Amino acid sequence: MTSTGTIFQRELNAYFLSPIAYVVIAVFMVFSGYFFSVMLGLTQETTLRYSLAYTQFILSILTPVITMRLMAEENKTGTIEPLMTAPVTDFEVVFGKFLAAWALYNVMIAPTTFYIAFLAWVGNPDYGAIIASYIGLILMGGLFVSIGLLVSAVTKNQIVAAVIGIVALLILLVIGLASAGNEGWLYSTLKYIGTYDHWETFTKGIVDTRDVVYYVSFTALLLFIVVRIVESRRWR
Amino acid sequence: MIKVEHLAKRYADVYAVNDISFEVHQGEIVGLLGPNGAGKTTTMRILTCYMPATSGSANVAGYDVFRESINVRKQIGYLPENVPLYPEMRVREYLLFRAKLKKLPSRERKSKIDECIEKCSITEVQNQIIGTLSKGYRQRVGLADTLVHDPKILILDEPTIGLDPNQIRQVRQLIKELGAKHTILLSTHILPEVEMLCERVIIINKGKIVAMDTPTNLAIQLRAGNNLVLEVRGNGEKIKNALTNIKSVKKVVWQDKGEISNFTVEAEKGADVREDVFSNIVKNNGIIREMKQASITLEEIFHQITMREQEVTT
Ligand SMILES: Nc1ncnc2c1ncn2[C@@H]1O[C@H](COP(=O)(O)OP(=O)(O)OP(=O)(O)O)[C@@H](O)[C@H]1O
Ligand SMILES: [Mg+2]
Repeated sequence: MTSTGTIFQRELNAYFLSPIAYVVIAVFMVFSGYFFSVMLGLTQETTLRYSLAYTQFILSILTPVITMRLMAEENKTGTIEPLMTAPVTDFEVVFGKFLAAWALYNVMIAPTTFYIAFLAWVGNPDYGAIIASYIGLILMGGLFVSIGLLVSAVTKNQIVAAVIGIVALLILLVIGLASAGNEGWLYSTLKYIGTYDHWETFTKGIVDTRDVVYYVSFTALLLFIVVRIVESRRWR
Repeated sequence: MIKVEHLAKRYADVYAVNDISFEVHQGEIVGLLGPNGAGKTTTMRILTCYMPATSGSANVAGYDVFRESINVRKQIGYLPENVPLYPEMRVREYLLFRAKLKKLPSRERKSKIDECIEKCSITEVQNQIIGTLSKGYRQRVGLADTLVHDPKILILDEPTIGLDPNQIRQVRQLIKELGAKHTILLSTHILPEVEMLCERVIIINKGKIVAMDTPTNLAIQLRAGNNLVLEVRGNGEKIKNALTNIKSVKKVVWQDKGEISNFTVEAEKGADVREDVFSNIVKNNGIIREMKQASITLEEIFHQITMREQEVTT
């Protein structure tokens, strides 16, 4: 696991040596700020619930931009070869990259905590709901990053990785939204697979183990698949 | 140090490497020589555990490349073809990253990196961004990386490709120096490089080993299998048949240029057929305009060996 730390550090540095980190942080701040002010004006409620509901959409677009280069770039430039011939395991590499992208995701959403200070200043927000929302947001980030990483691992082209990643995350969002409020086994399955329903629970201030299990196990499964894909160069 | 047995690698339905076996002993510098697509890179990728063989086995520094891959990787420094590097990193920062990745203890890192930088003459670019380096410097950064954990074995895939003559000389000199401390397997398709650097040559073509010996022995071997080059005026057809019938002549290549013919006569090892050739041509009313014994450089060996293979397979 020591190599995970080494990879993590390099990847995080690479983000801040390229424009990607600054671009996604700036774009996210603009949109989240916009949603926050609009929702605050509309609802007059001192809560992040509504504005965060919209941020899932923008996160579905920005997270694949964060993850697109993780494996695709190494595959394209061939740096995967010296990397994988160093004494590191495939898992250490994949996990280090995952953690770096997840860290950048968390850095990206961190400025929204400023809105809490604002809410506290204008009124009396429900801190429990806010903390739960952030737990949900962070867990959801892990899932989004692992999906983006998976897509990045199967291509040499970063743009392709970003586009497929965005489409995949939007599908996950849409099937969750579309099945909300509907009954039947199909809808409830879709609702379970989709990210929206789970995340909404968090925004209501409820940290339900089922939702935590959903995010954590889905993320773990995806990382497991990514490791297999990275290994697959061995039998291709 | 390296022991390869019946190694084969298949991509889809073509064999990139097909049943090769060889050994590299401690302290040797061995050259893997072959034309494009011969299977050099594939062989090296198997040895460095980048990908597994389809069949056969390879043992590096006492460890099996498939089952003990992490141990193998600790013992080797690998310079991949074209030296892929992270363009956004600085040279020193990159070497530090690699040293950590290769589990060099933290107290040794600085001194070891300094040593590698010094050895590979990259002191003046150590704080430069890799993306801005010239090809020659990139190559040397790659070499510094292979050395950073002081591996027993260096595997270098075309270490001088794409360099200018001056840089080529410097890199070769460096490899030669490294040969004193490390066992080296390098690949190339440049012959003088092998003659200059290697104690042993393995020539591969189309995934198969076609020759394996010291550069000098290879030359002797081929010279022993005498080649005579002739220019003759006369009936080419008749002369060719006569020459082919000489005992201990293995092969005659006839280039018909009308009145004048060129022949290449290949005799068996050690046999001297010059007099027989002469009398047979005279008997058939040919006039010998030129007869010379081909002295063979490694370049020609390489050419011949790989050509011969093609004649066999096509
Ligand atoms: N990933 C791959 N998929 C399919 N075929 C491949 C792959 N990699 C290599 N090959 C084929 O395997 C054969 C050997 O390739 P290899 O790269 O080992 O040759 P090489 O000796 O290194 O050649 P060069 O001098 O051009 O570097 C070639 O015919 C090549 O087309
Ligand atoms: Mg090659």
